[in-house]
Amino acid sequence: MDIKVNVREAQGDCYVVDLGGEIDVYTSPKVKDAIGELIDRGVYHLVINLEKVRYIDSTGLGVLIGGLKRVREHGGSVNLVCTNPQIKKIFDITGLVKIFGIFESEDAAMKALV
Amino acid sequence: MNQPVPRADDIDVVELRVPCKAEWVALARLSVAAVASRLHFSIDEIEDIKLAVAEACTNAIQHAHGSSYIEIRCEALSDGLRIQVRDYGRGTRPESIRSRELEDERVGGLGVFLIRSLMDDVSYDVHPEQGTQLIMTKRLPV
Repeated sequence: MDIKVNVREAQGDCYVVDLGGEIDVYTSPKVKDAIGELIDRGVYHLVINLEKVRYIDSTGLGVLIGGLKRVREHGGSVNLVCTNPQIKKIFDITGLVKIFGIFESEDAAMKALV
Repeated sequence: MNQPVPRADDIDVVELRVPCKAEWVALARLSVAAVASRLHFSIDEIEDIKLAVAEACTNAIQHAHGSSYIEIRCEALSDGLRIQVRDYGRGTRPESIRSRELEDERVGGLGVFLIRSLMDDVSYDVHPEQGTQLIMTKRLPV
């Protein structure tokens, strides 16, 4: 089981967090740390790219929700890139499609941020 | 003609015992996925089962204080798969097992909500001093 986390600066004051692999109770702390470090540095506009994520559970969703709540306190936002139908389904049934912007491409997610 | 009533030993059972630690959840969910695959569930259904088992194990890890392992029992039913996930932790109270509201942005309760959404029958047997047993069933499409 693996999780890959890559953080890169994008346009303006936005950052992209690329995630790959499986996000569960074991791996989600690594994702939480990466997002938390960005927010601690004052980055409040994030695109989190889930295109290479094969699996996510409630602890992974919790990390994303926690990040969203923190950036919102500073007027920020989090948009997601998600193309995996099974993962989209989880966002659908949990109702999280209503609180996250979910996009098919990174370009679309970025444009909707700024 | 009446169908014969299956005896208990006619039901194929797969049992697994894993440490009650985060690093073993992947093994638990992948093992149960292999059982579901053997029973000819679809890929989407196997993903549902995998997530439900992982959520049950995660609940045990996060809330079953003092349980050193989690027991998972898979029963191959004629019409589906019944999965029991048992821990021996103390501290879980029946009222603490609840789903979240969809509008709720809090994190807690998402796992239970997912289990109830993805599986067909779900029941809990909670003993605060003896642990928790979750029984969930996924039916094969008719």
